Amino acid sequence: MRDRRHPAYWGFVLHRASGVALALFLPLHFWALGQAIHGAAALDGFLRLVDHPLFTLAEWGLVVLLALHLAGGLRVMALEFLGWRHRQKDLVAASAGFAFGIGMMFLLHVG
Amino acid sequence: MKVRIQRDGGMAEYAVAARASQTVLDVVTEIQREQAPDLAYRFACRVGMCGSCAMEVNGVARWTCRTHVSRVVGADGVLELRPLANLPVIRDLVTDMAPFFEKWSRAGGQFVPKDGVVPAEFAVVPPASPQRREADAGIECIGCGVCYASCDIVSWNADYLGPAAMNRAWTLVNDERDGARAGRLRAVAGDAGCHSCHSTQGCTERCPKGLDPSGAIAGLKRTIFWGLA
Repeated sequence: MRDRRHPAYWGFVLHRASGVALALFLPLHFWALGQAIHGAAALDGFLRLVDHPLFTLAEWGLVVLLALHLAGGLRVMALEFLGWRHRQKDLVAASAGFAFGIGMMFLLHVG
Repeated sequence: MKVRIQRDGGMAEYAVAARASQTVLDVVTEIQREQAPDLAYRFACRVGMCGSCAMEVNGVARWTCRTHVSRVVGADGVLELRPLANLPVIRDLVTDMAPFFEKWSRAGGQFVPKDGVVPAEFAVVPPASPQRREADAGIECIGCGVCYASCDIVSWNADYLGPAAMNRAWTLVNDERDGARAGRLRAVAGDAGCHSCHSTQGCTERCPKGLDPSGAIAGLKRTIFWGLA
């Protein structure tokens, strides 16, 4: 087994996995927006799904993925463009904490 | 204690008495002297200066001479030793370091004096200058290969220059006496160079000297991005 038991690697995996998941979501997003081509009624009909609890759960997942990818990306850019070499483990923890916090804030606004 | 050692593609098992302040290198040496005289491994200084005794100890690349058994032995009392990852194995625990050092050369790891001649006088480089500090940050590398064995990118792309070679290149890029900056930055800017690094930071995490090759690679990326050749 390869040696991957350290926080910076987990940070990389979270950043990469969230990026792939968001890329997979994008076609769905554009398809949903594309319903508007068939008129307001078609779009509104589709958007009624938003009220379903499963949709809200998926939306929460999307928000957490976006927060993870944003925070993880800012961490890597700080390393590469600003040369923030130190406290990388703290930055990984902070970016995970940021995503967790955003997820909790979303849940507070549900309902 | 049970010790498993990778030999001839399989794992050989030995039993060694646990002792106080025992290092992993002590264990390997005891096995070779008492049980398996044909066991191949490499060491020289035994005090963390030469970097030749690096191996995979329970899945993590380490200097065996500076690793106490008590700190790494598994909960099951097993010590598992393999040769450094990402390098061809010559025999048992001995790897061929040639590809590793060949990449230092490919990354422009040689110092080239400005104007092609070494000046008669010592160059005065202010110790507090930012470039001197950047050079200092990576200059203590002894080429043990622990970072190279811990690098995911090397395992994905065998041509990837790796952390140590690029740490060396970054040190020279920051050496104001050096005259090969542009060529060196070109050498590390290819597909197998700094831009392939995903900043997984296995190198920085495992460097026994506490150096930060990942930060050095980030420095190369930054310098090339802003066109500071």
